[in-house]
Amino acid sequence: MATITTALDPASERYARNAAAMRTAVEEFRFIERKVIDAAAGKEARYRQRGLIPPRERLSLLLDTGAPFLELSTLCGYMQEEDRDGSGAGGSCIAGIGHVAGTRCVVVADDYLTKGGTITPLGAAKRQRLMQIAHDNRLPLVTLAQSGGGNLKLVGDFFGTTGSSFAMQARLSAAGIPQITVVHGGATAGGAYQPGLSDYVVMIRRQSTVYLAGPALLKAATGEVASDEEIGGAEMHAGIAGTADYLAENDADGIRIARDIVRSLGWEDDPTRGAPQASSPPQYPAEELLGIVSEDPKTPYDMREVVARIVDDSHFLEFKPAFDQGTICGHSHIEGRPCGIIGNNAPITAQGAAKAAQFIQLCEQARVPLLFLHNTTGFMVGTEAERAGIIKHGSKLVQAVTNAKVPRISVVVGGSYGAGNYAMCGRGMNPRFMFAWPRSVVSVMGPAQAGSVMRQVAEAKMRRSGTVDTNMLDAIEQDVVKTMDIKSRALANTARLWDDGMIDPRDTRAVVAYVLRVCREGDARSLQPNSFGIARM
Amino acid sequence: MSFEKILIANRGEIACRVIRTARALGYPTVAVYSAADIDAPHARLADEAVAIGPAAVGASYLNGERVLAAAQRVGADAIHPGYGFLSENADFAQACADAGIVFIGPPVEAIALMGSKRLSKIAMQEAGVPCVPGYQDADQSDATLIAQAQRIGMPVMIKASAGGGGRGMRLVHDAQALAEQIASARSEAQNAFGSGELILEKAVIAPRHVEIQVFADAHGQVLHLGERDCSIQRRHQKVVEEAPSPGVDPDLRAQMGAAAVAAARACQYRGAGTVEFLLDAERQFYFLEMNTRLQVEHPVTEMVTGLDLVEWQIRVARGEPLPLTQEQVRLSGHAVEVRLYAEDPRQDFLPQTGELHRWQPATGAGLRCDDGVSAGQIIGAHYDPMLAKLIAWAPDRATALRKLALAVADSRVLGINSNKHFLLQVLRHPVFRAGEATTHFIADHLPAAPAAAPTAPTLACAAALLYLRGRAQVAPHYHWQRADAEGGILQLEYRGERTALSVRVSGMEFAVQQGAQTTSLALRDVGPDTARIEIDGVTRRCDYLIHKDVVFLDTGDGHYALQDVTQQPARAADAAADGAVRAAMDGVIVAIHAAAGDVVRAGQTVIVMEAMKMEHALKAGVDGRLETLSAAVGQQVKARQLLAQLAPAAEDPA
Repeated sequence: MATITTALDPASERYARNAAAMRTAVEEFRFIERKVIDAAAGKEARYRQRGLIPPRERLSLLLDTGAPFLELSTLCGYMQEEDRDGSGAGGSCIAGIGHVAGTRCVVVADDYLTKGGTITPLGAAKRQRLMQIAHDNRLPLVTLAQSGGGNLKLVGDFFGTTGSSFAMQARLSAAGIPQITVVHGGATAGGAYQPGLSDYVVMIRRQSTVYLAGPALLKAATGEVASDEEIGGAEMHAGIAGTADYLAENDADGIRIARDIVRSLGWEDDPTRGAPQASSPPQYPAEELLGIVSEDPKTPYDMREVVARIVDDSHFLEFKPAFDQGTICGHSHIEGRPCGIIGNNAPITAQGAAKAAQFIQLCEQARVPLLFLHNTTGFMVGTEAERAGIIKHGSKLVQAVTNAKVPRISVVVGGSYGAGNYAMCGRGMNPRFMFAWPRSVVSVMGPAQAGSVMRQVAEAKMRRSGTVDTNMLDAIEQDVVKTMDIKSRALANTARLWDDGMIDPRDTRAVVAYVLRVCREGDARSLQPNSFGIARM
Repeated sequence: MSFEKILIANRGEIACRVIRTARALGYPTVAVYSAADIDAPHARLADEAVAIGPAAVGASYLNGERVLAAAQRVGADAIHPGYGFLSENADFAQACADAGIVFIGPPVEAIALMGSKRLSKIAMQEAGVPCVPGYQDADQSDATLIAQAQRIGMPVMIKASAGGGGRGMRLVHDAQALAEQIASARSEAQNAFGSGELILEKAVIAPRHVEIQVFADAHGQVLHLGERDCSIQRRHQKVVEEAPSPGVDPDLRAQMGAAAVAAARACQYRGAGTVEFLLDAERQFYFLEMNTRLQVEHPVTEMVTGLDLVEWQIRVARGEPLPLTQEQVRLSGHAVEVRLYAEDPRQDFLPQTGELHRWQPATGAGLRCDDGVSAGQIIGAHYDPMLAKLIAWAPDRATALRKLALAVADSRVLGINSNKHFLLQVLRHPVFRAGEATTHFIADHLPAAPAAAPTAPTLACAAALLYLRGRAQVAPHYHWQRADAEGGILQLEYRGERTALSVRVSGMEFAVQQGAQTTSLALRDVGPDTARIEIDGVTRRCDYLIHKDVVFLDTGDGHYALQDVTQQPARAADAAADGAVRAAMDGVIVAIHAAAGDVVRAGQTVIVMEAMKMEHALKAGVDGRLETLSAAVGQQVKARQLLAQLAPAAEDPA
């Protein structure tokens, strides 16, 4: 295989500018994450006095010591919905893919220290996405639940669709994917169905409460006077109602039981799991991934430089390199296993689309997973492009991208504009995993272009009415540019769950390698689906 | 007398040591082994091995008939008894002779004589060997006892004739106090032993234990190979031995040697023997006893003489004359030996049982290790808990001590508690280093220390090593920046004390938080059982082993077994405290102090068991009523076996 020879000069001023901009962006999102963690830590003490373990510590107890944990969607909800200061980032749960008793699982811990663990529409979407990940990758789902339930101010806006998360739970159960829930706190009304629909439920003595109506509502509704424990305490559920399958003595004990349950699944006894293949690291340091993306969005850069820093030994067998320069396709290995890569160096042309579509079919035929590295302003426009059949070829690419069954991983490195986002396996195409670099952009078009379009539309309208107000046109244009810019930036995108999380560019190889492994092992696993879902007897 | 095949009627290091010399002399060897020793090193090292019975010594290694039958079965025509077991059993030596098997040891008569304290003392007195002056006759009148005490001279020791364990024993410095002390000792002896008979002995104050190695052949030649100083003892068990003694000069050596040779001649001795003396501060020495066998500590003599004493034993048994004359014996340099025991100095030297996961003695020029254990071996309660002897030689004493201390520190013993760090304390103690230790050394200078809790750095090391094990269990390892720092939390338990630790990790750098205290450390060169650990810029070696959820650590601080209890089940809130009484270790029940139905208080002894020659009281953990009792006197029990169950007294709900 051919090795990519870098043209990147880490000593150059351009590199320094690029790296500085990227570093700042990395620090910015780390700072946001850190703020949420620190704010939660500041509230720990009084809960500890009550014997409650903080959510991150619960997760530490659940996860195997020293095993990797890929936290997902840490910035979910950042500056969205009711969040005015960024303190709501994370969607009030800490979640990701981690190892529990030697078994890779999707884990979710309600962050009761952040907004009481109440769930907003985006928080609900994050939890659903995690269930989707568990489903697609055939991973058990462990939930450490202590949520204040739906955010009452916002629930009205999304209640009509909230049933979908319970439907998802039912589907997971029927698909043969075990869900284990430890109820650390209260699970009330609708929230009670989350444990209710879990395959394994652990409750904690004199701590968990699960009921449809608590003492206050009960008294109001029927006049019955009863205590928390009587209505829905763990002992009642374990001994009488049978909603709890395991009774734990405290937080740590409940988590231990969850680990024991996962261990007893025998999930990792799958013979199809391959030993790790011998592989060489890239020839260039990951650190240099910081200096590739141009500080100035108008200055192009070569996506091969990114490829060279994430694939084994920087080997890249480029497919049809002479056929089109803007869309780069080729074979590489990651962790010793083949991976097809599609990246952008320019707008996607008809030729580029055809090349990529063909390449996808080849990978599909050989069961080679695909990695999409986004940096495109979209499909090429213009009469020449239209005459070349750009729509036809683009549609073929969208079809190929969408219908490929091999694992598809998307990383938004730079821009991902317009239909280019679809062609590069954007969120709408359901890639198995999607990550974003800081400073990346996902948008229908560039803010400047959008501003210009809106100005032209407004100007045409003004002309028809006779007076053209240039000041007003300037204001219209600037407003569109500003709004668009904020809304298309990486932080806003990841906050709206347009990806599974923002990553430090330097971690790209590790994260991609890990999720490819998750996909490969998930695909190799055979499940035992059932038609009923597990019913609690 | 000639023989062609040697059976070694012993186990452990001495069996291995004898097998090596026997084979070096061209003799095929036969080991005997009990059911507990099927895979023991001595059984594997010998050319043939014969099973002689169950683990209990009475049915195996102490059973002369079975040993003889084993010899006959494989045609062994000589038996080396080692030390302990049958080595000083005159009946066994006689039985060997009757069976036409050469007993590689002294004549039956010599064994029998020296086996009797009273007869041997009389014989030694007749031979002019200095004995501790005393009185042990039938006349027990106060007047006679006082007169005899004054004849012996102060200070004098009054002892109960039937006694033991210090009862009825009085040390009298002042003759004025004799009458009163005799009366009080007599009364105490009467109460304790049913006999008020007393004996008197001159009290030898702060003596050294110095013993002379003698050798005699069948041709009338007797010589000595110098002395060994075995003053470092704990409850009469030797811990450190050295040759020569720092308290003996050539002149005294000649005197004591002559006395020892006289003792050997007096009993028509043959083979290797040891004459033990007490040596007081005035350089007076007194016969204590003669051991008619090879001593545990013989290697120090071998190292200063350059001789192989087992080879000499075999040659003498063959009827050959001693290869050297007294004048040809040369002592060179200094040798020191320590006995490494599977016992825990922090628990009053309680013998330890369990798996010896790692055993790797230090090696090097001037170092010797006599061991009879191997990694993976189960150290049981049936036999002496000595694991090995480490011996160092150097031209001078100070160097020999330093070398031995380093060798002890370098030796890896993991999986079972040992006296390793206690030995280091002895070897590095200024009094011992100055050559001034007496038999009171350990009691005076190294009093039993309560178990010290592991220090923060020790806990941090354990946490880091556990973390690394977790990391190693997932291959390949993935590393990326995280929202939260990489890390985990751990609960480690040491002797019932739990410590919560929070670990933050970056590569091989660890920050381990324990309460408000954070220990930063870096692990380097992490191997399967050793790592180098850097704390505050200083890097030290740390031996470790993780077995299931236990981390065995050996650091400069000492050795610890820390259990990871992070994922241990919580005690059910609706059940009260555990009222179980369990066996402390493998052993035999010797007494039961309560009956089913009895109400007992927390801390009250319920059952007494014996293991390793020591009694262990098993106490109630809570107040309560004894519900079940499933132990009987004489019963053999396993470690942690449930022996009794208490129904705890009702507690006020908190």
